Amino acid sequence: MAFPFIWQIIMSLSTNSEVQSVVPTFWPAELQWGNYATVFERLPFLSQLRTSVVITVIRCLAQIALCTLAGYAFARMHFRGRAIVLALVLSILMIPSQVYLISQYQIVQGFGWLNTIAGIVAPGLFSAFGTFLMRTAFLNLPTELEEAARLDGASPVRTFWSVMLPLALPSISVLAITSALWSWNELLWPLVISTYQEQMPLSAGLATLVSDKSNTNYPVIMAASMMAMAPILILFIVLQRRVIDGLAFSGLK
Amino acid sequence: MADRAEAHARKRDGLWPWLFVLPLLSGIALFYLWPILQTFYYSFTEWGVFGGSEWTGIDNYVRLVSDPQLYVALGNTLLYTGIVLLGIPIAVYLASLLNTPGLRFASLYRVLFFLPYVAMPTAIAMVWRIIFNGDFGILNYLLSLVGIDGPYWVSSPGIAIVAVAIVGLWSSIGFSMIVLGAGLKGIATEYYEAAELDGASPWRRFTSITVPLLSPSIFFVTIITVISSFQLFDLLYAILGSQNAVLPKSLSLVYLFYQAGFITNEKGYAAAIAMVIFVLIGLVTLLQFRLQKRWVSVD
Repeated sequence: MAFPFIWQIIMSLSTNSEVQSVVPTFWPAELQWGNYATVFERLPFLSQLRTSVVITVIRCLAQIALCTLAGYAFARMHFRGRAIVLALVLSILMIPSQVYLISQYQIVQGFGWLNTIAGIVAPGLFSAFGTFLMRTAFLNLPTELEEAARLDGASPVRTFWSVMLPLALPSISVLAITSALWSWNELLWPLVISTYQEQMPLSAGLATLVSDKSNTNYPVIMAASMMAMAPILILFIVLQRRVIDGLAFSGLK
Repeated sequence: MADRAEAHARKRDGLWPWLFVLPLLSGIALFYLWPILQTFYYSFTEWGVFGGSEWTGIDNYVRLVSDPQLYVALGNTLLYTGIVLLGIPIAVYLASLLNTPGLRFASLYRVLFFLPYVAMPTAIAMVWRIIFNGDFGILNYLLSLVGIDGPYWVSSPGIAIVAVAIVGLWSSIGFSMIVLGAGLKGIATEYYEAAELDGASPWRRFTSITVPLLSPSIFFVTIITVISSFQLFDLLYAILGSQNAVLPKSLSLVYLFYQAGFITNEKGYAAAIAMVIFVLIGLVTLLQFRLQKRWVSVD
């Protein structure tokens, strides 16, 4: 299972002729660390990295804010039409993304956001899955603390912010991880929104690199793809329990 | 009584819930709910080159059912799904091995198997492209050691989709294992202890206890895998590349959608393809709801 990753590291440190030799070079004669430096010279790697980081951070923060608020209201507050509104939001979970892609494109185009970070980020600020996750989290919290806060005369905002939100932190971290992972790796949407390589996030930037036939400097491509995956892989290895539990849950939607 | 409590709670919460819900709801309505309706409408229209669209009724659907590419895409998507599904028996077996009490390095194995699932598909696809390379790829080198003359994996029609599916299988096993692992934890250890006392072999315990009691989880993972495989795009795009000559023979349903919507700019036609994907996935989801009731009652 880990072989492609190991092979990738080895190739990223080889020369191009070592990668292309018919009898594979299992270990390069000399480690070519310079391949990693070349990535920054040859590809718009830094600007794509910047786009990836910006869209991932913005989406994470927005999803945390919007989904915790809505999730809390759906779980613990009472209002007319709650069931219907909730059903509308959750129905999106069952609909494949192609169904709204064209129309989302029209909307983003209408805002004049094609080829901008705002355009790549916009639809992903709102997450039905995140709302579902946070609603479940708040439903599973005990009611006593909340009732005590209310009896003390705390406003709904205060109850939410000081009492319930801290209790929901583990689920919020799951939300942050799943949203970061998806945002970092997503391909189709950024691909249709951005035309210029410089404005793409890494996921789309690397994919267009492949299509370019003239690009046969394999070790540099390997180094680039290694660096593109690295942030998420490190995040995963550091927070493995949380990530695995979170993604197992995301499958359970 | 309950109604009165509910009415009281509503009065107490007042407008607050709406303030909490509206920021999310406005975005969901604009970027998700409205687009669903719009796509449905678009699927009955044709778009001019210079903008503007006209109502053409079911023309797009008529064109779609007589489009040979649709059947190529459908066939490839099914083939891909079938190959990726082969990962599930492997995942069941591996998950039960990982569940062995007192297994050393269990969390290390879990991380290793899960790594492909979290890796950026477009980045890892480049590695696989080189592994699959017909001239100097290590896969064909290994095959040559056992006397097999390996094909040009990513540039032969018919084989390219298999190559993509191998990567799909590789990247989905970890996820299936995690979900199945959660199911395994729910099986009482008494069953295994009793079977061991009766002298059942490990294989017998696997086939007679693990597999049947795990069947709801297996079924669930199968459905999830089918749904995600039906939406194959990232791996196909990244492994084959958009300029690949075998693409017309190797595309998936979502690639067909992407091509119509954003390459040849036939948005109405693309909307019709999206509706077909929607209906197919809807049928699978429906099947899940129907059968789940029956399967969950097993325990």
